[in-house]
Amino acid sequence: MSFETPDELGYLESHEWARREDGTAQVGITDFAQDELGDVVFVELPDVGDELAAQAEFGVVESIKAVSDLYAPVGGEVVAVNEELFNTPELVNDDPYGEGWMLEIEFDDESDFDDLLAADEYVDQTE
Amino acid sequence: MSLRLSPLAAAYEDRAAKLTDFGGWEMPVEFDSITTEHHAVRESLGIFDVSHMSEIEVGGPDATRLMQRLTSNDVTGLSPGDSQYSMITDEEGLIIDDTVVYRLPEGNRAVATDGEDTRYLFVPNAGHDEDMLARWTDHRDEWGLDADVENRTDSYAMFALQGPDAPATLADISEGDVRDLSKFEAEYMTVSGVTALVSRTGYTGEDGYEILAPWDAAETVWSAFDCQPCGLGARDTLRIEAGFLLSGQDFDYETDPRDPYEAGVGFSVKLDTEFVGRDALERVYEEGPDQRFVGLRLIDRGVPRHGYDVTTPGGEQIGTVTSGTMSPTLSEPIGLGYVDSEYAEVGTTVRVEIRGQSKKARIEPTNLLDEHR
Repeated sequence: MSFETPDELGYLESHEWARREDGTAQVGITDFAQDELGDVVFVELPDVGDELAAQAEFGVVESIKAVSDLYAPVGGEVVAVNEELFNTPELVNDDPYGEGWMLEIEFDDESDFDDLLAADEYVDQTE
Repeated sequence: MSLRLSPLAAAYEDRAAKLTDFGGWEMPVEFDSITTEHHAVRESLGIFDVSHMSEIEVGGPDATRLMQRLTSNDVTGLSPGDSQYSMITDEEGLIIDDTVVYRLPEGNRAVATDGEDTRYLFVPNAGHDEDMLARWTDHRDEWGLDADVENRTDSYAMFALQGPDAPATLADISEGDVRDLSKFEAEYMTVSGVTALVSRTGYTGEDGYEILAPWDAAETVWSAFDCQPCGLGARDTLRIEAGFLLSGQDFDYETDPRDPYEAGVGFSVKLDTEFVGRDALERVYEEGPDQRFVGLRLIDRGVPRHGYDVTTPGGEQIGTVTSGTMSPTLSEPIGLGYVDSEYAEVGTTVRVEIRGQSKKARIEPTNLLDEHR
């Protein structure tokens, strides 16, 4: 089975992705991760204004069969959370890189992006 | 130790089903998605491969005596073709396993036997076959009974055909009218040309059948049904909604032993019969259990899971969640677990501790489907 892993994103081994935008990073979980989890039924996210350290736990995603911690690819302040996921968590399955996004972080240090895996490196470690 | 494989293992590889280790067996957990499979069973039809379940057969002149003394229900009430839910308990009345006991119908048996009249088959949970075989043969020898006990786990494939469309669908491909079977009644029938034991039982809260077929004919029977294949994931969400116990999860003889009264299955205990654990259970029956098995519905956001604490609103621990999920039918987080008997009344407000946060929850009936319908 093949999964979508966009080239322009950075990845953590723990299956989160970060999309660098102007001063912020959008964060979610990968297509591979949503498939492994199965039907996502619950997402717990931090509040806007919370400070996260890079690689720190920021929340939880639960499918019917599993509970999985979420880790921040980059450090900074949470400036937006996807509240749609509270009522329609299945967006994480349907569109993991789009409507299934979880957070926007105003990053403190752009060198955090250097520590992320490139798409091909991420794919290698899922195989 | 290598995992035991279902007779359909090769088919699962072709279909890219997700597999899991369950009771020492490699079984499908999910074919398409747990939610899709769950809804298929509630709304129309699904089929499960449950060949991981154990099968033990007991025959011979003292078969009835041996079954009666090792199970909590009354096997003398079974006519040929009847079955009953029963507990296997220890001297202290604690559940070692739960099981369905069949008194096998007479006639053309699915797996050849020497054909005597009173013969039983019981179905312990996955991975318990060797232990139950030993328990039965040890007690037989200790009590000097004349009975043969055989582990038939690798002789039978087992399928569960579940959902409101089960009777019509099975009637189409079987000889003998499956619609005439009452609940817990079993008969030998030809299913797609294969002689199988068909019983009107299940573990989903829906109408349906369980089919015991010879191992070698598994593929023929399975492929005769053109309906949603379902894995153990949906089997779990379906049985949680219906409030059915899962061995190893809602009771565990090694780590969380429970007696039948606290586990809410006192109906399967017949104190007017002689069985191992009877005297201890009579005391529990008279005094009432300290804890009771209940349903839970979370009012706050979150999902109750096995092992989470149940507390009072004041924070005093009063019990434990043993099973939980986001209910696909109710679209609400639900669970099963034990609470101190004084808090077991439906409607009581409690808390479930989830990752350090107290989430508001309500005590519910164990079967949440009745109320929904």
